[in-house]
Amino acid sequence: MPRIVVDVMPKPEILDPQGKAIVGALPRLGFTAFSSVRQGKRFELTVDGEVTEEILAQARDAAATLLSNPVIEDVVNVEVVEA
Amino acid sequence: MTELPLIGEAVAVAAHPQLAGAKIGVVTFPGTLDDRDAARAVRLAGATPVALWHADTTLGDVDAVIIPGGFSYGDYLRAGAISRFAPLMAKVIDAANSEAKLPVLGICNGFQILTESHLLPGSMIKNDHLKFLCRDQVLRVENNTTDWTGDYAVGQEITVPLKNQDGQYIADEKTLDALEAEGRVVFRYVGWNPNGSRRDIAGISNAAGNVVGLMPHPEHAVEAGFGPQAGSGTEGLGFFTSVLNKIVGDNK
Repeated sequence: MPRIVVDVMPKPEILDPQGKAIVGALPRLGFTAFSSVRQGKRFELTVDGEVTEEILAQARDAAATLLSNPVIEDVVNVEVVEA
Repeated sequence: MTELPLIGEAVAVAAHPQLAGAKIGVVTFPGTLDDRDAARAVRLAGATPVALWHADTTLGDVDAVIIPGGFSYGDYLRAGAISRFAPLMAKVIDAANSEAKLPVLGICNGFQILTESHLLPGSMIKNDHLKFLCRDQVLRVENNTTDWTGDYAVGQEITVPLKNQDGQYIADEKTLDALEAEGRVVFRYVGWNPNGSRRDIAGISNAAGNVVGLMPHPEHAVEAGFGPQAGSGTEGLGFFTSVLNKIVGDNK
């Protein structure tokens, strides 16, 4: 079944406390190559049947209204993934 | 050390006879925790609390609404994000924006629901120190012209409990400047900023002053012996008496 993947990230200008904690933990495990981490969210919306333009538009609408809060987050990707 | 009574003395609130007729709705969502405390605060202030359920499609004849704290829908997705689309919230949003300007107070998770509903600007993200924090917090009242703060003095400091994980108030600089310029920063943290909130903001209002949201919990500081040890322990009661005086004033 096809899925629509929606990726949401905290806005660049917003400090991401979780990413900051992760970047602090990485060197303790020997991962020293990473200077910054930002943590986002990935949603997978399963569609019964074909993903039409109309369904994709619905996904974009859901991403903007419910899956993300435009005050603090950006929808960075909406794409169809075939199962 | 002074010994505190196990059970506080009943606070005799000089209730105006008209106050008991005032009805204040308290909304319960799945995962709400502080609805009973909010209802108790309403009763102690002299009014009648009315239980409202998130799936209700009418507000009935309430004179004001409190959206209490807790973890509605387990804070899944974002704090307040799913509750914002509850059937009752559509009614709350309409009533708050209507000509009648229904007074609405959002406490903690209620504040988060109000920002997700766009009744109040900005948003809350995780505390800058990433921990859940529970403490008695000093706040400064910055605006006493809202429906919920009329019984306080500007500059008055009150101590009420604070308990949250996603309490860091953020908004863009333009929004923050506008809030400051319009006097819509209603409460600020004093002494220590417990979560990294921009400009020490603890609570804000909408432009009309009928909608107020804050992270700390005035409903837990309404009864002697049960509230914070600092101060009178009942310094949150003013929220509830303020809105009653506003309601009674309007009905004169």
